[in-house]
Amino acid sequence: MGFYDRLMSLDRRWIYLFVAIAVVLPILLEEFGIPISIPPYVTPEAKSVYTFVHKLQPDDVLFLAIDYDPMAMAELHPVARAILRQCFKKDVRVIISALSQNGPGMAEQLISQTAKEYNKVNGIDYVYLGYKPYPGIVIMGMSQNFKLFFPKDYYGNPLESLPMMRKIRSIQDTKGVIDVAAGMVADYWINDGAGRYNYPLALAVTGVMAADYYPFLNSGQIFGLVSGMKGAAEYEYLAEKDGYMKKEDFIANRSMPIQTFAHVVVILFIVIGNIGYFMSKRKKV
Amino acid sequence: MTLVEMIWTSSAALLTLFTFSYLYKDNPFYKFAEHLVVGVSAGYFAIILYYGSFVPKVIDTIFKQGWWYYSIPAALGILMWTRFSKKFSWISRFSLAFYMGIAVGVSIPLTLQNYVLKHLVETTRPINFTSLNGIWQFLVVVFVFSTLTYFFFSREHKGAFGVSAKLGIGVLMIAFGAGFGLTVMGRVSLLAERVLFLKDYLVELKYFLYMLFKYGILL
Repeated sequence: MGFYDRLMSLDRRWIYLFVAIAVVLPILLEEFGIPISIPPYVTPEAKSVYTFVHKLQPDDVLFLAIDYDPMAMAELHPVARAILRQCFKKDVRVIISALSQNGPGMAEQLISQTAKEYNKVNGIDYVYLGYKPYPGIVIMGMSQNFKLFFPKDYYGNPLESLPMMRKIRSIQDTKGVIDVAAGMVADYWINDGAGRYNYPLALAVTGVMAADYYPFLNSGQIFGLVSGMKGAAEYEYLAEKDGYMKKEDFIANRSMPIQTFAHVVVILFIVIGNIGYFMSKRKKV
Repeated sequence: MTLVEMIWTSSAALLTLFTFSYLYKDNPFYKFAEHLVVGVSAGYFAIILYYGSFVPKVIDTIFKQGWWYYSIPAALGILMWTRFSKKFSWISRFSLAFYMGIAVGVSIPLTLQNYVLKHLVETTRPINFTSLNGIWQFLVVVFVFSTLTYFFFSREHKGAFGVSAKLGIGVLMIAFGAGFGLTVMGRVSLLAERVLFLKDYLVELKYFLYMLFKYGILL
């Protein structure tokens, strides 16, 4: 077996080993006092989501949909946290739902932790609605009247008893929706929410999903798109520049050196794999 | 970090390592972690559904508020359970027909509008060649056209038509490549988060053990 044939039949565990080394290397370098800082290039689609929240005035209401479960937490929690921090710092009021089946508990933890940091109170500064099944129908319902599907909030308080909800009947009374989503729920927001009721919609989605939503950005159906952890790093970078958060609070940006090192290894393996493929093919001819 | 928090964080760290052990080969530790996730997810979802939907929409409405008409959708829902019986499974078709009728009726016009017409309108907008955006728009039109020709199977892909179809394959490959790149990015993000979690855990564990052995304190 020649070199190129051996390269083609390389045990996948070698690749895992190299990726593991690439992932641990930036952490070790940081431990030895050589921190690696990678400032993100901010994409216009991420910036437009940030600018939208940045331009909101105190007491404006934003609808934040936390539509992911713990499996997508790594990618989407940082951006959801950054948006919440930005809103609370600006005194923008937030209505939050969690339409992913395993997400409501996780979302509650995020909301209560962030609210505590800014002394925000449920019912006055924010309202957490929680989960209801069949996201498409729930989104349509919330676009007409929150009480159709959520007569009570997540904590069991009737909506009419919450001061913040007295003048707000539906999503159409808010300034817009930012959906932080993993899975089909983003489509429901495009189709059954913004597509039908014409309110501004932006998405923050996992890296795997991002490519599918660029056409919607191009057609103006969404006004912004934050893609995975890289997008979250962009958002955090912008939020830090304007004083909404501190560098110590960065989550996504902490992962960027690891991400970069791992990507270099993956690219190298793709190049080596292709060289091996073409050379072994040429030899056979 | 309190003792209870340390126990929970240690469990999370251990389960992370169990899951990573699959990278070497399948083993009972990985299987344990996998089954635990499935069991916990299913149990959590069942409870959320019961208290978030069944109690407020069926029990509260019918029995507490006396809104008897809620018993109609509740009955349709209960009929779905007949699918477990070979003899009575046909009854569930009434519920399914009702559900499908509504779902299809609602989704067809919206899907056509949001997934076809709006994209079509954007693609067929007049092109302004004097700006960079106009050039991008022109390229979008060319790429859409060439991709469509690739999927046109009533004519042989030869001559100018063949060139267009080949360009279409190229466009598709670029799209798949972009999708793959983003997928790699997403998966690496998950790995990076777990590695940072383990790193932070080791720091916390070191501090915890230091406090425990030096001062005998359980914070």
